[in-house]
Amino acid sequence: MSMRTLPLVFINLGGEMLYILDQRLNALNTSEDNSDKGVWSENDRKRVMNDIVGSMFSKDFMDELLKPQQLYSHRTLKTVLTRIAHASIMRLNPVSMDRLYELMVMAFKYQIFLCPRPKDLLLITYNHIDTIREIVKDTPVVVNQVDETHRKIIEVYSSLPEGEFQLLRQTLLIFFQDMHIRVSLFLKIQVQNPNGRFALSTSGPVPHGIEVPGLIRMFDGKGREIRRSEFPSEGSYSSSVKEGCFELHGDRVIRLGMNMYTVNNPEETHTSKDTSVKMDDTPNLLAKEELNLLARLMGSMKAEKVPKTETGFWINMFPTDQEEEEAGTSGVAEESLFEVINIQAMQDEQVTTELARIAGQFAEEEDPPLNLSSSKGDDLLAMMDDL
Amino acid sequence: MYHKEKSIQIKNSASALYNNLGVLRIAPRSLTYFTVVHANVVNMVSASWDGLNYSHRQLQSKEPNVATSTSLIMQAAFCALPSRDLLVVTSQKGIQIYESDGSTMVYWHALDTPETPTDQAVFARGISAVGKSYICVGDSCGAILVFDVPSKGSNITLSDVLKGHKKSITDIASECSGSQECIADLISADDGGNLCVWKSGETFQRFNNIPGFDISCTSVKLWKGTAVAGYGTGQIRLYEAVTGILHAEVNAHARWIYSLDIAPFSGLLLSAAEDSLVRVWHLSIKPESLSVEVAHLHNECVTDTQICGAKFCDGDGYAFAVTGYDLSEIIRYTQS
Repeated sequence: MSMRTLPLVFINLGGEMLYILDQRLNALNTSEDNSDKGVWSENDRKRVMNDIVGSMFSKDFMDELLKPQQLYSHRTLKTVLTRIAHASIMRLNPVSMDRLYELMVMAFKYQIFLCPRPKDLLLITYNHIDTIREIVKDTPVVVNQVDETHRKIIEVYSSLPEGEFQLLRQTLLIFFQDMHIRVSLFLKIQVQNPNGRFALSTSGPVPHGIEVPGLIRMFDGKGREIRRSEFPSEGSYSSSVKEGCFELHGDRVIRLGMNMYTVNNPEETHTSKDTSVKMDDTPNLLAKEELNLLARLMGSMKAEKVPKTETGFWINMFPTDQEEEEAGTSGVAEESLFEVINIQAMQDEQVTTELARIAGQFAEEEDPPLNLSSSKGDDLLAMMDDL
Repeated sequence: MYHKEKSIQIKNSASALYNNLGVLRIAPRSLTYFTVVHANVVNMVSASWDGLNYSHRQLQSKEPNVATSTSLIMQAAFCALPSRDLLVVTSQKGIQIYESDGSTMVYWHALDTPETPTDQAVFARGISAVGKSYICVGDSCGAILVFDVPSKGSNITLSDVLKGHKKSITDIASECSGSQECIADLISADDGGNLCVWKSGETFQRFNNIPGFDISCTSVKLWKGTAVAGYGTGQIRLYEAVTGILHAEVNAHARWIYSLDIAPFSGLLLSAAEDSLVRVWHLSIKPESLSVEVAHLHNECVTDTQICGAKFCDGDGYAFAVTGYDLSEIIRYTQS
């Protein structure tokens, strides 16, 4: 449907990714035995953030996204987002990336679902951009990239009519349909129900430009109001608050798109799937158009050359007992993890290889990890020791 | 006034599209057909009136060739003509017309898609039968394609293209009161909130243009010469179709209206919106003053659901059905 979804998709999903990474990297800052080892320094964190933001907001990448095109599949999206994350010295294993993607997607779905007016999708995007700008504020070069992108978005989207925004929103809702992964933070603050669906309130202020329901007005042939009556609206709505600012800087008013995660609560990002619903499991030929898009996007991203003396830092972001077990049993598979993307085995071998080839084309050459223990802490410590 | 009945489960969930529920009542066979769009698939259910038999069918959007990605469906609606009933499915690539039970595709019309994509989306949306043998379908450029349908067979032809809108068509409806005396028998709505009123025939005539306020009119109905339109402001407006005189304005919903329907024999009006509410109203036309009155009758809240389709299941409005985004069921209500 809408041909303008990609820039907003990447900025919003990328923004959520940064919020989560920021929280996790801060959480990793506390080592269990209070020793100085295994600690991510402020500089390390900043560097990871700057590298990722720089990759996401690079001019070439944004220019590619701004070309009119369809929104393709979750596989393509996840591949590109993984590549963005790996623009830094941080490495995520596939299970972590899957979890991260689930979190990002559910957060964005929540924001789109509750977006008061279709046009407010822009305000949600600007909330993400504002927070990203804050994260990289100490690096003027990256702030500049963010500002440039922000200006471009304002230029392209500000004049779109509401109908276009609703079409964009509907395209996104269809894309995120049937995803009901439960996120512990959302459950805790009660924006999500135990069945995975988001709470839709029938109270509170109406969106800007909408009247509080309840009034019927009748007119005569000359346009004069001749009668009014009221009806019970079964909600408790109040009149709208002021409109958010659509400029480069300003009060966005709506809070959707702001960072919901707090620093010291890693359990907020625990997720649980509704196992009856499968996401993206129907193998289908990746359309030629989609492969072309993927190739173009990958090609447009800056390939940060990590010097050979530096080993990438592996992070297992969402450790669970099951994951530890999986990591242990598939010990041999870890070697292939450095091929950047390890796509889960699917029936369409050809597509899998094709995607891996495209993704692999842009991977840095890296040495395999020296220490293949299955414990998260050990991994990191080993890495730090090797420096 | 209404109570909830047992829902009909469908194979996938409904997509967030305007007017996303089609209903066709087949009295001779005591059946009702329902259609609900999910991405590139139309879910069809045939439900027997005794509630004992449900049969399901899925229709896919037609792809011109394998190299292109799947085409999303914008709308599926039944067209009841005097001679036959058909099911029309509109998508990003074109218009498919099926026999009403979905068993055979009788016609395919491909939309013109540009070689290199432009930022203007291409799709067909807005479906209505009108007159003796016409089916009208709107598109994203604002044009309305008029197809002439023979009483049998697949010799459907494109007989006219109506230009009256500059924005994408959102909905089209024909006069549903059954009255032959109406001057105009077709109404179309677009993303700018503009309404065009037409008279069908060998050459369609445009009778009137009711301007909008830059807010989409997402759903429109025509009943006894009154245009009933639902907007993105959550408002319903009633106009006299041929003159454009505003009879009434209702601040009906707190979010975008996604669906309107009228039960022609009783004058009941159904409105449904993203705010999770379905409302039932009564329209009455006062012949003395030639005005239309709107009275509110009933509310139903579908908790935590953005409703995308709502239709009466019969001409009196004795029962109605509702679909919601991400919901894999058709919820039904009947009068108590």
